[in-house]
Amino acid sequence: MTSVYFDHAATTPVDPRVLEQMLPFFCERYGNPSEVHRLGRDARTAVERARAQVAAGLGAGEKEIVFTAGGTEADNLALIGYLQRFEPGHFIISAIEHPAVMEAARALNRLGWAVDFIPVDGDGVIDVDAYEQAFRDDTKLASVMYANNVVGTIQPIAELARVAHEKGAAFHTDAVQGVGSVPIDVGALGVDMLTLSGHKLYGPKGIGALYVKRGTRLTPLIHGGGHERRLRSGTENVPGIVGLGAAVDLAQAQLAETRPRLEALRDRLARGVLESVPDVKYLGHPTERLPGNVAFTVRYIEGESMLLQLDAHGFMVSSGSACASGSLEPSHVILALGLGAEEAHGSLRLTLGRENTREEADAFIEVFPPIVDKLRQMSPLYVKG
Amino acid sequence: MYTDLVMDHFSNPRNVGEIEDADGVGQIGNPVCGDVMRISIDVDDDRIADVKFKTFGCGAAVATSSMVTEMVKGKTLAEAAEISNRAVADALGGLPPNKMHCSNLAADALHLAIQDYLVKAGREADVPQILKALPKDHAHSSH
Repeated sequence: MTSVYFDHAATTPVDPRVLEQMLPFFCERYGNPSEVHRLGRDARTAVERARAQVAAGLGAGEKEIVFTAGGTEADNLALIGYLQRFEPGHFIISAIEHPAVMEAARALNRLGWAVDFIPVDGDGVIDVDAYEQAFRDDTKLASVMYANNVVGTIQPIAELARVAHEKGAAFHTDAVQGVGSVPIDVGALGVDMLTLSGHKLYGPKGIGALYVKRGTRLTPLIHGGGHERRLRSGTENVPGIVGLGAAVDLAQAQLAETRPRLEALRDRLARGVLESVPDVKYLGHPTERLPGNVAFTVRYIEGESMLLQLDAHGFMVSSGSACASGSLEPSHVILALGLGAEEAHGSLRLTLGRENTREEADAFIEVFPPIVDKLRQMSPLYVKG
Repeated sequence: MYTDLVMDHFSNPRNVGEIEDADGVGQIGNPVCGDVMRISIDVDDDRIADVKFKTFGCGAAVATSSMVTEMVKGKTLAEAAEISNRAVADALGGLPPNKMHCSNLAADALHLAIQDYLVKAGREADVPQILKALPKDHAHSSH
């Protein structure tokens, strides 16, 4: 049976070459990096080698990488860890952040911090004027995601970071969807903090990192033995860290080849869907978007029902509908683009990865129109035009 | 997350469509919430002779609509009126908890269709007797 995975923004498989590098650190090279004996020193060497790999992938210094238990923790460390040092004031995020930033912001808000959510335009690009005007005398931080997980739009991060610095605030970006997909250089972007996650780039789950520019002071969220330069206590997840380092390294080596290939595949898929199904709207920016992201909304039908039909045909995709998300609300990202709730319920996201082929894209374009047709025939909202 | 029976009714829905010049039509939900169900019935000798549905919504919304049409065909109006949303969910082997509230309204749509029939047939006086619990202005509309 067909099995096509188009959900790489949710998670990616671990690359076998990454796994191979991780495996010795479970049963043989299991030392605790804090210990001075041979096994401890061996684990320490592996952790620091991975740190250098991650740093190299971002154009950062080795001392600027803090390993965490994933992207969510890194986002929380960036926002809460940075702002905790100050008396409550003001900070800024975009309206389309991942819940890891959104909910950390709400937690800070409950602690007395004022927060502004900057709107985006119909393509998902942040309103730079509104962003600039949102800064106040007591604004300490701005956080805007590098690329959106739902619609793939890439933000003008270098410009946003420059504005924040002019206003005397620090700048963080959640680059979980960007790292490994597009070239990212923290120096060129001018950010103070940047989040990445292992399992979005063919590394393992449960490992991530925060880039913290030298001189940026944070308060730890997790207290204990003072690991990770006192910023993240807890014995290091050595296999995970090794896996993250290997994954970043591999992504770097393959970027020049995979990026144009995925962009071509993305555009082929998008064109195929738009040409074969009427009343479909492409979501996100036409060009400033992640290489593997195809997002659209199909009128008159609901996302989860499309998703289940596609699943029955062997295609694994994702939807921003309320039902698919498990909440009662459709995706806040799609609503922020200015779409109505009805349209948001009909959204579908296909996110491509290294192993996807042209044949798979063509097979999708073959299978999808009859599914839409079947569901529309069932829909009381559909009036054949 | 869904039972095999839910998936069966979702993938092979029974009685999809709309009865032309139906004796009664009931619609519930709204597109903003992500669920709209419309059920049309033909009534013969106080029994539901034919029933069809159209549904905009998730897998649970389609499956409950399909299931309720199977449950009521041939039933008397009074028997059909006894079928609750809960009974439809039970007949499907249960629904995930988060679907019980928003996508489980098929019985309500059916009851509205019965009410519509009774009103059209000039039997408004029978409504309270047959439909003991009419669907309330559902919490649905408040989202």
